[in-house]
Amino acid sequence: MKKNIIVVATAILFVVLFVAAATLYNNKKNSDLSSASLEKIDSMQRDYSPKMGPLDAKVTIVEFFDPACGTCSVFYPFVKKLMNENPGRVNLVLRYLPLHQNSDVIVSIFEAARLQNRFWETLELAYKTRDAWIEHHVARPEKFWVQLGVLDLNMQQLEADMQSTEIARRIKQDIQDAQYLKVSKTPGFFVNGKPLVHFGSQQLQQLVESEITENY
Amino acid sequence: MFNGMTQDKRKTASQQGWILIFTCWLIAMAALFGSLFFSEVMGLKPCVLCWWQRIFIYPLAVLFLVGMFPLDRSVVRYTLPLAVIGLGFAIYHYLLYSGYIPESLQPCSEDLSCTKINLELMGFVTIPMLSIFSYSAIIALLLIFRKRFYP
Repeated sequence: MKKNIIVVATAILFVVLFVAAATLYNNKKNSDLSSASLEKIDSMQRDYSPKMGPLDAKVTIVEFFDPACGTCSVFYPFVKKLMNENPGRVNLVLRYLPLHQNSDVIVSIFEAARLQNRFWETLELAYKTRDAWIEHHVARPEKFWVQLGVLDLNMQQLEADMQSTEIARRIKQDIQDAQYLKVSKTPGFFVNGKPLVHFGSQQLQQLVESEITENY
Repeated sequence: MFNGMTQDKRKTASQQGWILIFTCWLIAMAALFGSLFFSEVMGLKPCVLCWWQRIFIYPLAVLFLVGMFPLDRSVVRYTLPLAVIGLGFAIYHYLLYSGYIPESLQPCSEDLSCTKINLELMGFVTIPMLSIFSYSAIIALLLIFRKRFYP
């Protein structure tokens, strides 16, 4: 029957158009993203950004993260593994992108702990105890606070430091830079200024390895 | 109903009626794929009201298809109510968007506001406008179908 054919052909046409438009759109977005971030290299890292690994490494991973983001907590050990597998060649710069409600308070706890040289320990503790202080995608800073006992921090000092305007300024600047660099999801990775366009651990490893081959 | 019509005329009427329902299906399919493009490809998160409008347009893409094979005269009975309710949500959304309804009345969560304009095609076409257009066109075609071919 002719009508059958018309309808089936139309349905197929819809699907083909959708896939074609999606492919075109993604390609354009990816090329825009790559050129945009290369132009905006200045906002890639700030002098206050926490750094891990050798400062003279020629490959730098910039990660925009949210302490309440599950994927970030899964990627953290993976990024550390990438650094350990390439000793001396890769370092990590963290940027804040607290997208979850109250995540910014957790970030200010990190920054305050940083003044007591406990930044990375606090970050790792936060990832380890995620289930204890995240409820329905909302961060509960008071529940994270009680976890901090194991770190031997000066809690009074910590509470005072958290309120600092400098910390608030840093968080604001990071969020601004993320918008500027078109990072809307966490974790958002850049390797030597190049964005991780197709998200995935495999893809991140490839990007890091290609930068290593290029620079060493 | 077809008393007095010749067989040829009856065939033409059914043919034209089929084309009307086919057009309705095209609009529903365009809305389905279009909305999925906005959310899944462009990454625009649908707000609550967008979801309500989706709820009433997605089944139409299936119902019109069923109503075309064979052409069901009573297709209007079960598709028009969906389209009318959907249009209601679309108009409400449009009024929120353009500020005729104060923000305090809006049912959306803070982080995903229904009044934030995410997209303007050609500078003025917004998503609620597309929604109103689709629903109104479907309603109009269904009314014509009922009036002209199956009174």
